[in-house]
Amino acid sequence: MDCTSIRNRLHAYLDQELDLPSATAVDQHLASCEACKKAYAEQSALQSALRSQATYHSAPAGLAQRIRARIGPKKERKVRFHWQQWLPMGAAVAATALLSWTAAIQYVSVSEDEATGERVIAGHARSIVTGHLADVASSDQHSVKPWLSSRLDYSLPVTDLTSAGFPLVGGRLDYLDQRSVAVLVYRHREHVINLFVWPLQEGSHVQPVRSLAKRGYNVLHWSDGGMAFWAVSDLNAAEMRDFAAAYTAAE
Amino acid sequence: MGRSRGARGPREAFSLDDQTRVRRFESFFVPHLDAAYNFARWLTRDERNAEDVVQEACLRAFKFIDSFHGDDGRAWLLGIVRNTYYTWLKRNKVAALAVPFDEESFDADEIEASHASEASPVDQLLQEKDAKRLVDAALERLPEEFREAIVLRELEGLSYKEIAAIAGIPLGTVMSRLARARKLLLQYLRQAQES
Repeated sequence: MDCTSIRNRLHAYLDQELDLPSATAVDQHLASCEACKKAYAEQSALQSALRSQATYHSAPAGLAQRIRARIGPKKERKVRFHWQQWLPMGAAVAATALLSWTAAIQYVSVSEDEATGERVIAGHARSIVTGHLADVASSDQHSVKPWLSSRLDYSLPVTDLTSAGFPLVGGRLDYLDQRSVAVLVYRHREHVINLFVWPLQEGSHVQPVRSLAKRGYNVLHWSDGGMAFWAVSDLNAAEMRDFAAAYTAAE
Repeated sequence: MGRSRGARGPREAFSLDDQTRVRRFESFFVPHLDAAYNFARWLTRDERNAEDVVQEACLRAFKFIDSFHGDDGRAWLLGIVRNTYYTWLKRNKVAALAVPFDEESFDADEIEASHASEASPVDQLLQEKDAKRLVDAALERLPEEFREAIVLRELEGLSYKEIAAIAGIPLGTVMSRLARARKLLLQYLRQAQES
């Protein structure tokens, strides 16, 4: 090899990126060529100088903590909704057999749904704060359903879920997205679950079940039989799924 | 009960996801925060901006962690740091990218003109008390295409292949950028010594 081709390979040689035959050829050339040997020595000295002298800026103390504070649950509460798909598995055999979830989380930005989720949470929080849970307080589905139907232009499935651990408390009307909507109120231990139900708009597509966690509330949203369902509570996400499974199985 | 279709039932699948993602983040990326910060610090040449870039890059890494398959967390994170930096640069309209460069490899004419007969400026340099400052200053002066290549090579010890993947450039370009970076560094160091 001549000096030009050696110089072209000098950096790869220095960085140990040459294959063995090429490296050997450079070795041999450097042993016999003063000029190339000097050039190599200079590059090699520069490399040592950079490695020994250049400042390595380690991450400042607390950076990892600051990043942790911005990811995971806190961050999701702030901006990111994690929706999860919930796939129907077919006819109901048992409530828990009904549904299966994909393990993968989808990050989908669904601003419309996010906005609705916000309003549903607000409605839930309002009912708790004011203590006004039910307009019609009854565990009897046969009195709750007609009460709601007579005040709305749609009818919805109302089922007492005491046997599944979610006794019906009653129903009320709420005002959401510029319309009156039905809210079914259930209890699980000391926790209240509000289930908002309204008809899907024409042309809106059926949604798989999605969940989101925000400000300490868990929301599940699904649609079925032309109706949109939004369940909200401070129950944990697994209990929310149990609730939704029980409700859809009984429906 | 037909509760679980796969290995995990819905309850487990649900409760695991967030924890798993955080755990993956902790094991794949947190160990490389020093590398991420060092790279960002050399790109931005500023402490606060470096921290901003790293934080943003980590949020992105976390966001897309499902698509990371655990092969090389450092390279993946550094690639995101780099993208984040260039996005940040555009957004902040920091017009620092002005120095043109050519991708040509070393040619013979330059070799003849090199200071082959002189003592290496680097050897002299290292005798000086503020060698560290001079080396840092020379690195900071480099146009960023060269700076990023040389920082990844000499401070992170990455291979050409890794640098190519991080910077999204061919291997040959990695080599020519490193050659160019070194040539400029020698030139800067010489100038610093003469002044």
